[in-house]
Amino acid sequence: MRPILIKGHERPLTYLKYNKEGDLLFSCALDRNPAVWYADKGELLGTYRGHIGSVWGCDVSRDSKLLITASADQTAKVWDVQTGSELFTFEFKSTVKSVEFGVGDKLAVIATDSFRDMSSAIHVKHIARDPSEQCGDSVIEFSPGGRINRAVWGPLNRTIISGGEQGVVRVWDVETKKVIYESDKDTGHQKAITSLAKSRDGSHLLTASIDKSAKLWDIRSMKLLRTYKAEAPVNAVALSPLLDHVVLGGGQDASTVTNDPRAGKFEAKFYHKVLEEEIGSVKGHFGPINALAFNPDGKSFASGGEDGYLRLHHFDHDYFNMAI
Amino acid sequence: MAIDTVPMEDIIARASRLGINLNDVKMDSIHLPPGQDFGILSDDEDLNEEDSLEFEGGFGNIIVVDNLPVVPKEKFEKLEGVVKKIYSQIGVIKDDGLWMPVDPATQKTLGYCFIEYNTPQEAELAKEKTNGYKLDRAHIFAVNMFDEIEKFMKVPDEWAPPETKPYTPGENLQHWLTDEKARDQFVIRAGSDTEVLWNDARQLKADPVYKRNFWTESYVQWSPLGTYLATVHRQGAAVWGGASTFNRLMRYAHPQVKLIDFSPGEKYLVTYSSHEPSNPRDSHRVVLNIFDVRTGKIMRDFKGSADDFAIGGTGGFAGVSWPVFRWSGGKDDKYFARMGKNVISVYETDTFTLIDKKSIKVENVMDFSWSPTDPIFALFVPELGGGNQPARVSLIQIPGKEELRQKNLFSVSDCKMYWQSNGDYLAVKVDRYTKTKKSTYTGFELFRIKERDIPIEVLELENKNDKIIAFAWEPKGHRFAVIHGDNPRPDISFYSMRSGTNTGRVSKLTTLKGKQANALFWSPGGRFIILAGLKGFNGQLEFYNVDDLETMATAEHFMATDIEWDPTGRYVATAVTSVHEMENGFNIWSFHGKLLYRIMKDHFFQFLWRPRPPSFLSPEKEEEIAKNLKKYSKKYEAEDQDVSLLLSEQEREKRKKLKEEWEMWVSQWKKWHDEEKLERQRLRDGEASDEEEEYEAKEVEVEEVLDIKEEVLSLDYGQE
Repeated sequence: MRPILIKGHERPLTYLKYNKEGDLLFSCALDRNPAVWYADKGELLGTYRGHIGSVWGCDVSRDSKLLITASADQTAKVWDVQTGSELFTFEFKSTVKSVEFGVGDKLAVIATDSFRDMSSAIHVKHIARDPSEQCGDSVIEFSPGGRINRAVWGPLNRTIISGGEQGVVRVWDVETKKVIYESDKDTGHQKAITSLAKSRDGSHLLTASIDKSAKLWDIRSMKLLRTYKAEAPVNAVALSPLLDHVVLGGGQDASTVTNDPRAGKFEAKFYHKVLEEEIGSVKGHFGPINALAFNPDGKSFASGGEDGYLRLHHFDHDYFNMAI
Repeated sequence: MAIDTVPMEDIIARASRLGINLNDVKMDSIHLPPGQDFGILSDDEDLNEEDSLEFEGGFGNIIVVDNLPVVPKEKFEKLEGVVKKIYSQIGVIKDDGLWMPVDPATQKTLGYCFIEYNTPQEAELAKEKTNGYKLDRAHIFAVNMFDEIEKFMKVPDEWAPPETKPYTPGENLQHWLTDEKARDQFVIRAGSDTEVLWNDARQLKADPVYKRNFWTESYVQWSPLGTYLATVHRQGAAVWGGASTFNRLMRYAHPQVKLIDFSPGEKYLVTYSSHEPSNPRDSHRVVLNIFDVRTGKIMRDFKGSADDFAIGGTGGFAGVSWPVFRWSGGKDDKYFARMGKNVISVYETDTFTLIDKKSIKVENVMDFSWSPTDPIFALFVPELGGGNQPARVSLIQIPGKEELRQKNLFSVSDCKMYWQSNGDYLAVKVDRYTKTKKSTYTGFELFRIKERDIPIEVLELENKNDKIIAFAWEPKGHRFAVIHGDNPRPDISFYSMRSGTNTGRVSKLTTLKGKQANALFWSPGGRFIILAGLKGFNGQLEFYNVDDLETMATAEHFMATDIEWDPTGRYVATAVTSVHEMENGFNIWSFHGKLLYRIMKDHFFQFLWRPRPPSFLSPEKEEEIAKNLKKYSKKYEAEDQDVSLLLSEQEREKRKKLKEEWEMWVSQWKKWHDEEKLERQRLRDGEASDEEEEYEAKEVEVEEVLDIKEEVLSLDYGQE
């Protein structure tokens, strides 16, 4: 089916997130105003105005009531999804790179970038049910050394998994605040990690890197299960909740490509999750793909590009009957 | 070469600290990893350093001139003047740099003198230029470098018979031709790695043969018959080969060698280097060596200034066009030639001297080109005297230097010569000025070399104003292809040197209109051709069958820069080399345009198929095989089928294994997940539903009333 092209942001997109039911799609971009869309037709529901810097990531609570966003204005903000009103602001001293609610939505993990002599850090905050009781103190905070691009929760909020600029994946024990796993150079990524995506049941984790590959890990043992090789740096990954498919998006860095979009490999590539084989690709963006998300029903996916476009793709029938 | 050396004391001290008894360490048991020398020179590598040592002696700028007349005191000054005059023409003699010793007893000179120059280069040049200089009948100079005198002194007076080494049979250097699967090899260079691989097209992959890091310092090159792989280093060139792996077979010392070239029969190797002058006003010095490939002996060396070797006849551009020496065709490697100002110098390899000791004088010669098979070359002389003297193309036979055929041409701006691979035909592309002299148009002069009197035919394109973008003869055939027309979509025409019953006339076969192509690549076996759009056309490929005049396939290798057929014409490689930053790597295609496999390599520099020597089969045998192809092909078809069955079997196995392994993970995850269920519920404040991972698609039918309308129907209507 023809994709729905949405030109809702003025600058490159950075992150996409569906709510649990898959009827809402949240988009973040460098233009400061995260937006929410009807996931089916792509109509704009509203924007969340208040950030004064680029927005790097977001997460929505299980009941679709709260939205948390990470911004380069050195804050993370909690919003009322329905009204668009700002509920609380967490202040930091450097750019906020990623946010994620933990299981139960009572905790959020927030990753901040390094800035001047501040090093990159991972913060855990309590999220109060009642916004008036919300406080800004960190429950836990650790500084891993080296820049972190993204941090997500492990099973039962017991671990935090981070991916950084050096290509190292680390697992932290929340209780002891110690690193319990660190990927090595042989099996791990060679260059910066750009994206972390969990499977629907949280049992395995997909990492994307500009070393032109994506890797699939068992989230508990951190055993490397699969490696998917691409021809260009990978900026975003997503796992299909329905089929054994993963999708990789990226492309040659915008500063090095010619005017021919074919040269940049700006396509979303589908791989068979188990067999590691490329099974298809979706072209269309005029710049690298920065964000990818699967609808929780597995029947559509969204991609956001450096070109400022958000593309909504609903799969054809053939996609579900593909023989491998 | 600077090496960080560690004093022995330090080593001993370190060893005792580590508790190692050095006496117990067997030095012979220490092996360096292959290809790694930690900067330690092996003994034989020292030999290559010899050249730089001679400067360190400090006397490299002194020459000894022998065979001077022996003169008494009165004539001393006169002789000194003469010698000074001769030698100061070549370079700057140092103050008091000329010393002619005198016998104290007789007060006569001793018949030799020493001359000290400012630089070793000048001394070298003086030695070259004046060794053998005839002062008069009785006095022929013998000039040597001072540093070499010592070497000559060491020559023993008694002749000792050389030690005879027992004969050890060499490896079969053509072993790769005996591959059971009849595969071809190729070499690739990417990053710092150089790697030789088999093209295993049946298995759709490349099968590694040999790989080495930093194998070459600039590039690699196969010898024309595929026996050797040549590498280029600072100290010189080397060739590699062997039955099972790649061993170094021979080295050719030539400091700072830049370019190398084999003779077609791979008997000789020409190496080239250019050296910056010490005085910026002087021109670059050029050194060319011709080695015997098997023995490694220098057969002839040429030294001179770059200007002497710059080709271009009447001048205009400086710089050496490679190869300087062009070899006459055929496996005999009998003649080689180079073009100089108004001359073509032809050498023969028995003596490595000029034929008849003379170059062939050709005023203003612009270009020449050997026939690929016979000792004949074609040369081109442009128009002279403002058109009074026409331009001409001549065919010259060696060693007689007879002119076989000559053709005068008028209003010519440029000529290009294209030989057919068997030397049967020569096509000369002639660009002529139009009457206004403002633009040019192109025609072809076609020579039939093997026919009596060498008839010439003129071919003009239907549209005379079309630009010629590319021209290519069918290898071993009688057809040629031309890309002509103006960008961006030129036409491609095919011609044959035969037309129906008349074998003596050229005829057009077909014209393909509006193709995105700018380069032509014939299969080495003829019949098939790739019409390629490289560079500006982004790597468009059209696989065309010229026998049936039909397109077999069209494809694209985006950004492709290079195309090369394998020597058998079965496969084609297209590559993107590091002239582009991205997409580096190569594709292997079947001859009819099916993509077999692709390999991506960053910093991809070179792809070269290993050439094969000509077939050992007689023409009769080849014909017999062609006739009974069915009989022969059966065996290979059966093999192909076996391989493909085996492959799909393996593939199935692999997939099965991957899936089983995955199932194991999935069941384990499920177990964990169930175990953690309660904990998860607790975290969610007892929210019971844990079905979040199971997506359920429910079909809900919703009836919606859009509109209600009441209508009165006439009864009559209904009854009728």
